[in-house]
Amino acid sequence: MPAQVITITSGKGGVGKTTAVANLAVALAADGSKVVCIDGDIGLRNLDVILGLENRIVYDIVDVIEGRCRLKQAMIRDKKLPELYLIPAAQTRDKNAVSSSDMIRLIKDLRSDFDFVLIDSPAGIERGFKNAIAAADRVFVITNPEVSAVRDADRVIGILEAEEKGPASLIINRLNPLLVKNHDMLSAEDVLDLLAVELIGIVPEDETVIIGSNRGAPVAYDPKSKAGQAFRNIAKRMKGETVPFLDLGAQSTLWGRIQRLAGRK
Amino acid sequence: MSFFDRMFGKKKSADSAKERLQLVLIHDRTDLTPAELDSLRDDLVATISRHVEIDVQAMQIGVEHDGRSQRLVADIPLKAARRKTRKTK
Repeated sequence: MPAQVITITSGKGGVGKTTAVANLAVALAADGSKVVCIDGDIGLRNLDVILGLENRIVYDIVDVIEGRCRLKQAMIRDKKLPELYLIPAAQTRDKNAVSSSDMIRLIKDLRSDFDFVLIDSPAGIERGFKNAIAAADRVFVITNPEVSAVRDADRVIGILEAEEKGPASLIINRLNPLLVKNHDMLSAEDVLDLLAVELIGIVPEDETVIIGSNRGAPVAYDPKSKAGQAFRNIAKRMKGETVPFLDLGAQSTLWGRIQRLAGRK
Repeated sequence: MSFFDRMFGKKKSADSAKERLQLVLIHDRTDLTPAELDSLRDDLVATISRHVEIDVQAMQIGVEHDGRSQRLVADIPLKAARRKTRKTK
């Protein structure tokens, strides 16, 4: 079966795109899928450090596009998961080194060899973002329960619809259940209500994410991490399984409503 | 939120966030500023008034959303008809 090509984007920077790509890639590969992830943030590469593969880079995506190496040479195999690969971004070039048709061509060559191609989009709604969504079959928009992130997510969802890449699926990242309980953070239900898209995952705020990034070991490896569990659940949903959303300690009625909103009940 | 905030009914911050976002998103999605909406309202009043008398004070116009689609909703009450009612003998 040809690969599903999924781009993860957000509009606003710093909401967890790269962390999500790394964790979903790990969770999918650990569950037996062949996965390649592509760092689409040319000039500001980071997916390599989050995956702990920064020392293995020889060639990057721009080298492939400009013909300095073959595609296989730029694909870095993960240290632990033999079915997980990374195509790193170029660090010394800018987004203009890649075009949408370059991305489409490159991904066409990957489709037959993988189950999932995950693309880490840069922040913003400009060329790098357009390149990142050009070849996507599906787009995940990731946001935090916070005004500026939700506003930017809404803008991106609108653009995806206009570009016929919609409907987007939503990941709500860094939800703090205690703040939500005190009504000092937008709940997942509030965010869904505002953005009116399908929910694919809720990831709680979790300090293990930072510890994992320090070590270059995404939390999806960590069986005890709540965020890791949330990412593993998203990976299962990507494979078509029905997995209930994590109960993060909020009232059960709320969760019932979220599940209804997400069409899972 | 402190006990005193609660006592005096201060709004929880998540509620403010949601209300503010609802307004911002309507304008972001429609590209319609409040000033443009006012001018649209004035044009509507002028056009409709040429045909029928309306209650301008009670008129309401706004953007509502249903899922991700936006809808311009106008509620325009008509004034009691001025035409003479034919009296039957």
